[in-house]
Amino acid sequence: MSAPDPHSPGQACLSCPSRFSQLQKLGLRIEASDYVIALAGNPNTGKTTVFNALTGLRMHTGNWPGKTISRAEGGFSYEGKNFKLVDLPGTYSLLSASPDEEVARTFLLFGQPDVTIIVVDATCMERNLNLALQVLQITRRAVLCLNLMDEAHANGLEIDDRNLARDLGIPVIPCSARSGKGIPELIREIATMAASTDPPPPRRLPLEIPGLRLALDRTEADLIQLFPFLPQPRWVALRLLEGDREIIQAVRSGEIGSLNEPSGTPLTT
Amino acid sequence: MKSPEDVLKHAAELRWQLPQNLHDRIAESIHGEAARIAGRSITRSGSNRRLAWQQKLDRILTNAWTAFPIMVLVLGAILWLTITGANVPSRMLASLLVDQGHALLTDWFLAAGAPDWLRGVIVDGMYLATAWVIAVMLPPMAIFFPCFTLLEDFGFLPRVAFNLDRIFQKAGAHGKQALTMAMGLGCNAAGVVATRIIDSPRERLIAIITNNFSLCNGRWPTQILMASIFIGSLAPKGWGGSIAALSVLIVALLGFGFALLTSWMLARTILRGEATSFSLELPPYRPPNFWKTLYSSLIDRTLIVLWRAVIFAMPAGAIIWLSANIPLGDQSVAEWFIHLTDPLAWTMGLTGVILLAYIVAIPANEIVVPTILMLTVLVTGVNGGEGAGVMFEADNETVRAVLTAGGWTTLTAVCLMLFSLCHNPCSTTIYTIYQETRSAKWTTVAALLPLVMGIALCAAVAAVWRFLT
Repeated sequence: MSAPDPHSPGQACLSCPSRFSQLQKLGLRIEASDYVIALAGNPNTGKTTVFNALTGLRMHTGNWPGKTISRAEGGFSYEGKNFKLVDLPGTYSLLSASPDEEVARTFLLFGQPDVTIIVVDATCMERNLNLALQVLQITRRAVLCLNLMDEAHANGLEIDDRNLARDLGIPVIPCSARSGKGIPELIREIATMAASTDPPPPRRLPLEIPGLRLALDRTEADLIQLFPFLPQPRWVALRLLEGDREIIQAVRSGEIGSLNEPSGTPLTT
Repeated sequence: MKSPEDVLKHAAELRWQLPQNLHDRIAESIHGEAARIAGRSITRSGSNRRLAWQQKLDRILTNAWTAFPIMVLVLGAILWLTITGANVPSRMLASLLVDQGHALLTDWFLAAGAPDWLRGVIVDGMYLATAWVIAVMLPPMAIFFPCFTLLEDFGFLPRVAFNLDRIFQKAGAHGKQALTMAMGLGCNAAGVVATRIIDSPRERLIAIITNNFSLCNGRWPTQILMASIFIGSLAPKGWGGSIAALSVLIVALLGFGFALLTSWMLARTILRGEATSFSLELPPYRPPNFWKTLYSSLIDRTLIVLWRAVIFAMPAGAIIWLSANIPLGDQSVAEWFIHLTDPLAWTMGLTGVILLAYIVAIPANEIVVPTILMLTVLVTGVNGGEGAGVMFEADNETVRAVLTAGGWTTLTAVCLMLFSLCHNPCSTTIYTIYQETRSAKWTTVAALLPLVMGIALCAAVAAVWRFLT
């Protein structure tokens, strides 16, 4: 057994957030990216602030819901890997959508990002978790950014992020993106999640509604037969069973099978 | 192999076996789960003084009696700050760029032996137009934008939208239209894009067509300059700034009124339908990050808008100079147009110079005032200093003197302010409207409706004014 090499970094160093210094904000230089990261969340939770903190860009932010209306893209590099970050308009739910929410919904479902960062307003978690749970129905590659922690503290809220992470089954990082707090830890988790080949399954909804499970199984099987490459067949099945007109139309025209375009090409015009 | 129709049919059959209220039950089960998870991880500690303070503020800012006076006061205060604050730096910039810069460039061109027409196009046309745009626009924008952005970051704008929501609903439009109009106060093209937050196509069209009634940053300087020069000067000494701010405030509120009226008319005629209700979330008040906001609104917003104005001002400057110097028979092209349109302009309380300026300025409203000044000087031969055709002194008194010599009265200024509020959107906005609606018909409506209204409004005001005086 040889003595540890004093010049090679030990384990503790490898996981130290101070490797944040290896972060390179790439701004708009996003040609060759190894991973695509999506930023999702309710309106006005600070997605664009997180986006700016990661990419070094200065997309205009505002304290009102609906400030970001189309997707913005930027990049950063961390430990030799290039990440493309896509800032999406805020959305309350994946179940229904206005034109700006549609942009977010389509990208999350069919753009197949390598990691989805779910930005959550720590001051009103309950409502924000609605979307988080829905996102977890369609991807296991997600990281929860518990933003606005400074405000939650000011409001007298204590949040047990470890407990939350255990409940949701995904990493939870408390942040105050405005002051940059928590961003190094967030980046580390994004990189880990992006590189992991088989992340543990997150919490799935029980959906204990009589007959739903069987109906979903059957419709899903139909869809897979029809569109073998459909990324989220179970979700599409659920929408069909709920009678979502837009989705029905997309299945009828076969458009839904081609929605899964390679990332980088615009999904909407 | 099943066809899509088979799959859909199968799904429809399966639907019959599921509970009727499937959608609600799914939503409920998600809500329940979210509440359970949140409950397990959150503990409240201590009193919540901050929330109490925010609620108190909300009660005042959204109260039926106090909300509107406060909103008007805040807008008025920003305008007053802009008008009084921009005066001195504007004069300094003008003296630097227009007086000294122009003289310097002229000397260089003369020394280099450049032909007269080249010096005219570049120095008297392109350079002067650009210098004017910077001198007229930069100071007010550098004050107005940061103020506006600070209010936005603080969380004031959503309260404004909340208060206006009820009124818009009564007019048959969408409450979120108030938010898109607030965006329009910065730039109408941005406001038009912002209408994407409105779900219903009918209400979205109403919001797009009426967004032009939000004074954009290209038009604020026109309003502010006209108000300072012609209306502020009517006031007793010391009150000029306040009266000028008040008159701009009135025009801005008038724009809001027009937007409401037009929405109401559209919702009752060609865009009939039910108003959908929505719930607008009031975000928490957040202390704005002062220096960051100042920096980003100066760099990202002020300079970008200014850059756009400069890009349009340079070719416009060349066109202005050429149109005033290329003869067509016994008059220049500009003179032909001005004399031809003078009768129409007169009925609107304006002058042919102003109409020509508005045509030259279709690409960017920012350059209306510089264009008017240059045309007045070039065509009417009035001069504000030495040398024909070029203005040198750039303070308000000289501008006033030049314009008065060009046949202007207080009526002209008032009608110009109204016409600036109420005319076709700039070409960028028109193009954006087409991009958003994909309809030549609605784009035409959006472009011509305010123009027709503006012509009618100015004609009416001019007629009443002349009848009374």
